[in-house]
Amino acid sequence: MALMNDLREGNRFALSRVLSQVENNTPAGLQALDDLFPYTGKAHKIGITGPPGSGKSTLVNALTKQLRLQERDSRVAVIAVDPTSPFSGGAILGDRVRMLELQNDPDIFIRSMASRGALGGLSSQTEALSQVFDAAGFDFILIETVGAGQSEVDIVNLAHTTIVVDVPGLGDDIQSIKAGILEIADILVVNKADRPGADQSRRYLKAMIEMGGRSLASSAGKHRLAPALQNKEAETIGEEDVLWLPPVLKTVASQFEGIGELVSEILKHQDFLKSTGRWKQKESWTLREIVRKRVSGSLERDFFQELPAEVFETQMEAVIARKVSPTTAVKNLLSYNQKSRKPQLSE
Amino acid sequence: MTEKKIRVLIAKPGLDGHDRGAKVVARALRDDGMEVIYTGLRQTPEMISEAALQEDVDVIGLSILSGAHNALVPEVIRKVRENGQTDVIIFVGGIIPEADIQGLLDKGVFRIYGPGTDTRLVSREIREAVQAASRVD
Repeated sequence: MALMNDLREGNRFALSRVLSQVENNTPAGLQALDDLFPYTGKAHKIGITGPPGSGKSTLVNALTKQLRLQERDSRVAVIAVDPTSPFSGGAILGDRVRMLELQNDPDIFIRSMASRGALGGLSSQTEALSQVFDAAGFDFILIETVGAGQSEVDIVNLAHTTIVVDVPGLGDDIQSIKAGILEIADILVVNKADRPGADQSRRYLKAMIEMGGRSLASSAGKHRLAPALQNKEAETIGEEDVLWLPPVLKTVASQFEGIGELVSEILKHQDFLKSTGRWKQKESWTLREIVRKRVSGSLERDFFQELPAEVFETQMEAVIARKVSPTTAVKNLLSYNQKSRKPQLSE
Repeated sequence: MTEKKIRVLIAKPGLDGHDRGAKVVARALRDDGMEVIYTGLRQTPEMISEAALQEDVDVIGLSILSGAHNALVPEVIRKVRENGQTDVIIFVGGIIPEADIQGLLDKGVFRIYGPGTDTRLVSREIREAVQAASRVD
């Protein structure tokens, strides 16, 4: 608890330790999340995603600097996720190399994270880390995903504003109408815009957004909402109120070009979310996802704790010998646990 | 439960521009299952201690080929300890003259690895040292 108080008072050592406990999912970490939860819900979480080498880290560096310039009293946290090697379980976390100029500002805190086997572009604990920063009083939390392709879209469940970074020459107009990463953008950025083809890329992206037009603009908000909420939304908020057409900006992050405009769009999006009630909807969606994930995580843990290892092994041998299908094995295992379980639901 | 990973900061203090050794060690530690935060060239002791604090690392590896080790290394150690990270293990790689080695070890350096060291030795010794220090959270 002393650590919690230190953290709330701005002690960076305490913050860093709690971040580790939470990342490692230790009992102390889980307790910390519980203690800190009442203080969360204030920070603006901004996701930055895009293909490897598109300049995400450099853009985060520029964005953080600009946010500190423009919003003078704000504190900015950065969570930078890099991939874990599927073979060794190790990782090289190299995003800080692009953020060296942010190092000596006490109102900035950068934490690198390995994805640790998660496939959606984040780590399973990224959301939890963002809660710690939120409770520690950071106003903006920038979350940089691993280099993402077309389906690493977890960031959308976490961020209020998702920025998708593209670079000139990556693909034609067919690439840009595919589903996936471009669809999740609240703001699209063509970075490295000093390279040939930047205007063409921007045109493709703009065309994609205009082609989708109204349907895309409204679904861009809707696909983040749980089905129950979607209906509710349709009743209470008219389509006109919820139109956000993602702007397409050109930047050269390494030269600091276009960054002021990007920050303005981020703040505009924040206003939009708050004035249309979407901010609250997003929060409720994120919290739903958290609880859902915790439920499935703890069910899985309990299941395997309850299941004797030899029962699992026996089933697996049958599967490996191709005598039993995986689906049947799952049924057998589930029913084994059900039979052996005593009634245990408490109030 | 997510497993506790050993977190290592690899940094190059000072002004020499050769980071091949640092990268080789970073890669070797990664291949041994550690999470390696790489911060690149020309770091001041302040930048290194600040990165170590924010990343809550267990280990710091300093690569120095410039000859400024007697000034830079103790400064990094002092700042890291000042920040409260009393249990962080600090090792040095690079070209360190025989005569300077004992002095650095006395100041709190865990090991000094010269050119040609087997990287498996580096990762094994680091792992053992972290386990011995076994920080309890």
